[in-house]
Amino acid sequence: MGVPLSAAPAAEAVLAVEDIQTRFHTQEGVVHAVNGIGFELGEGEVLGVVGESGSGKSVTMLSLLGLLPTPPAEIVSGSARLEGEDLMALDADRLRKVRGARVGFIFQDPMTSLNPVLTVGYQLTEPLRLHLGMDKAAARERAAQLLDLVGIPEPTSRLSDFPHQFSGGMRQRVMIAIALACSPKVLIADEPTTALDVTIQAQILDVVKRLRRELGMSIIWITHDLGVVAGLADRVMVMYGGQVVERADVKSLYARPKHPYTRGLLRTLPSPDDEDGSSGRLASIPGHPPSLLEAPASCPFAPRCEHAFDRCHRENPMLETRGEGHEVACFFDVDRGAPRAD
Amino acid sequence: MPTESAMAKACVQSDDATPVLLEVENLAKHFPIMRGVFRRQVGSVRAVDGVDFHIRERETLGLVGESGCGKSTAGRVILRLYDPTAGRIAFRGEDIGGVRGESLRRLRQSMQMVFQDPQDSLNPRMTVGSIVAEPLVEHGVAKGRALDDRVDELLNAVGLSARFANRYPHEFSGGQRQRIGIARALALEPEFIVCDEPIAALDVSIQAQVVNLLQDLQERLGLTYLFISHDLAMVRHIADRVAVMYLGKIVELAPSDELYREPLHPYTRALMSAAPVHDPELEAARERIILTGDVPSPADPPPGCRFSTRCPMATPECSAREPEWRELRPGHRVACHYAGDA
Repeated sequence: MGVPLSAAPAAEAVLAVEDIQTRFHTQEGVVHAVNGIGFELGEGEVLGVVGESGSGKSVTMLSLLGLLPTPPAEIVSGSARLEGEDLMALDADRLRKVRGARVGFIFQDPMTSLNPVLTVGYQLTEPLRLHLGMDKAAARERAAQLLDLVGIPEPTSRLSDFPHQFSGGMRQRVMIAIALACSPKVLIADEPTTALDVTIQAQILDVVKRLRRELGMSIIWITHDLGVVAGLADRVMVMYGGQVVERADVKSLYARPKHPYTRGLLRTLPSPDDEDGSSGRLASIPGHPPSLLEAPASCPFAPRCEHAFDRCHRENPMLETRGEGHEVACFFDVDRGAPRAD
Repeated sequence: MPTESAMAKACVQSDDATPVLLEVENLAKHFPIMRGVFRRQVGSVRAVDGVDFHIRERETLGLVGESGCGKSTAGRVILRLYDPTAGRIAFRGEDIGGVRGESLRRLRQSMQMVFQDPQDSLNPRMTVGSIVAEPLVEHGVAKGRALDDRVDELLNAVGLSARFANRYPHEFSGGQRQRIGIARALALEPEFIVCDEPIAALDVSIQAQVVNLLQDLQERLGLTYLFISHDLAMVRHIADRVAVMYLGKIVELAPSDELYREPLHPYTRALMSAAPVHDPELEAARERIILTGDVPSPADPPPGCRFSTRCPMATPECSAREPEWRELRPGHRVACHYAGDA
């Protein structure tokens, strides 16, 4: 592979995010959706972001891109430096110039994010003309190249087709092509294969792996599927209750998970070579995710954690480095099976 | 040495003496396509197009396949939510394909369904207690004190507190709502339950809870399941035997461990190789079979073998002649001209 695969982020991060806090003002009260998230994305790195619904993984990315409606959302704090420039300090006009040009993004459902009354060609050439100032002919030629790049047959003739004339997998390829149109530094993909069948998902993942090799982009891949991340990411960040609970390079996260939530998640999945099959029971995590209606004053996972002790219900643990490139936010040392000394 | 439970499972599989609870032969369901002012039928969607299988008492048959393959339609035809276009459905040896009126109503007491989305399948204006009580009232099974007691008992059986009976569905999390759906399905003490993607809408940490509950109930109440899912790992875990569907046909059916160890149909192989595995080392080492193209439309299936348009091993023979449904090994059937040759 032509891309450096380092476990730690490269010396100069392409994207450096610090302390994002986002709240939603709802009828039931204030939802503390994201509580102090920070991370770095290295050059050519794929960062997997794993978490369940409501863990704050999508809201984090929408916050830094300025895509949340305010109100009801309120971004309390945070910075996101893209090659040194803070996106969260930019005004709406300048941010719009960044989105689609230097940052591309793909959402879960390609049907709702593509405009049904515009041809795919129009939607592909729009960012090229807007951000790169291409003329119509040049943009069309580039658009056809992009469709070819993501593996759509007969790209030139398909430019005049509308989104509904494409299948689900092909639509997601179109979304990827649009996201890649201006050769962004960073691609943010939010559950891009969740709505697709496994054989189509495999096709898309194959395309993304190839593009990443050929174009050397940095990618943030948000998913709830631990299998997809295992095959794609260099580093993985696990989120729970609007916080990062664990972050490590992909191999050590799966081989030696240190947070009880990550361990629990990996244990609940039926093992791929589970020979005893239906005879056994799956390990499960009791209870359900937190409502986030209160500011986190304690560990958000404590009510469901088998290792929780009094400190977990009093204090919220910080993300700390435990072992090389492996960070975890937990007062309990799962390797020793006892609370941490400090 | 095999564990006791593994042996128990092996017994279930090989025990031909266990009576067959449900048998379908050449079952088909075609939906008409209507066009024009006079709503003339111009074609039909062949959602299920001739499938054969049986399920023995206390057994779980897994039915897997991608969206649009007809697996949910098959489940609904068996429960007579749709009328079959052709074929025979036998429940305890009695043909139920044509029963109507009062006898169909009585039949529904023994056959129930758990739906995919607990959000959509529970009436938001009814309390949990009345949702669970409705089938009991409707079929005149219980009333008054006895009804209340039975509802409490059902809620307890699915791990919910009887205190919840006066609350509404929106007050519950996805996993709890699925438990309410299961309690309702159990109300009439059915023998057979069609579980249609019961965990697909749930978070990963909650999926295991629901699967464990279904297995506990099966053991305690002697239930028989048709478990419809696209999650191959979960089906392997819960099912004794697995049927793989593609475009309205079953292409392979085998005991689950055998199917996963040695899939014989090229589609089953592709499906399994496409499913991501939560292990980075394994993912890096795996050779993927990436299918090209999309699933053809069930309104116009290809001639011969339906998988021939995407099959990496297809020959002219495949599109000329439909493969036989052959039993290659005891209990292992496959519809492919070349299965078992290589």
